[in-house]
Amino acid sequence: MQSSLSSPRASSHGTPRRAAIIWAILIAATMLTWTIGEGGKAGPVVTALLFAIAFGKGSLIILDYMALRRAPLMWPMLALGWMTLVCSLIGLAYWKGLAT
Amino acid sequence: MNTCAQTLMPSLPVQAPAPAAAVRHLPGDLAIWVFIFAELLVFGVFFITYAFARSNNVELFNAEQLALDRTSGAVNTVLLLTSSFLVVRAVQFAQAGESRRAAPWLAGAFACGGGFVVVKLFEYAEKIAAGVSLSSSTFHMFYLSLTFFHFMHVILGMVILVAMWNGARNGRYGPDNMNGIETGAAYWHMVDLVWLILFPLIYVMR
Repeated sequence: MQSSLSSPRASSHGTPRRAAIIWAILIAATMLTWTIGEGGKAGPVVTALLFAIAFGKGSLIILDYMALRRAPLMWPMLALGWMTLVCSLIGLAYWKGLAT
Repeated sequence: MNTCAQTLMPSLPVQAPAPAAAVRHLPGDLAIWVFIFAELLVFGVFFITYAFARSNNVELFNAEQLALDRTSGAVNTVLLLTSSFLVVRAVQFAQAGESRRAAPWLAGAFACGGGFVVVKLFEYAEKIAAGVSLSSSTFHMFYLSLTFFHFMHVILGMVILVAMWNGARNGRYGPDNMNGIETGAAYWHMVDLVWLILFPLIYVMR
């Protein structure tokens, strides 16, 4: 018997357990960002960490919550490419600010 | 001709269908993905413009950023992430053929969106009371316009969540009819995704 959960479309949205674990990771990462902000931490290393966290969180949203992990490759690549480009250019602008 | 081909390739195996999990599928409507990437492009340009404007006036941006309420920013991040999780659970219920059980999860996601709106309105009220406006400074111009642009997307997302909730309540979604709920879910996750960059960029980066 083939249940609806074994169809290709069912597999694309993962399991409740996986969704919950990802939620917990995302919340923990948010707490880390908030702690950095409240602690008044600054500097290039902290900024790199902030955007590494943002990139990690965004990747989980793109691949798992948006379910692009099982979409044709062009789609996750485009979304991750957007994240990479935006985070890199923010980093470049931050570096420019240090130099001036 | 057929006989000739069969003679040349006598043992050509019949291609088996790809295993279910290997079939790649873009969730929702193609049009929403085109729209999502157009939105991401616009937000991306705004973020990069903010970052380069900051690089020309780091001290001003750092000083004025200190007055922002990072706790309300973090609470709003938690609300959006939680609402995204609730939408994923709703989609999973729809996929399992339990459309009506998806409805309360979508209502929860809507409530989280409402929480975001309330927190943001309190934040804006506090800023306006302190005399902050679009013309106060370059930092405040970016802070207000970027967060308000995102705020409008949250409002639109909540309208879409109501439509999804109504569809789920009427049993519209199922493994053979996922397009509507997946399309709405993709938009809502985009609203979340954009905030994940906006929060560290405007509220925390120093």
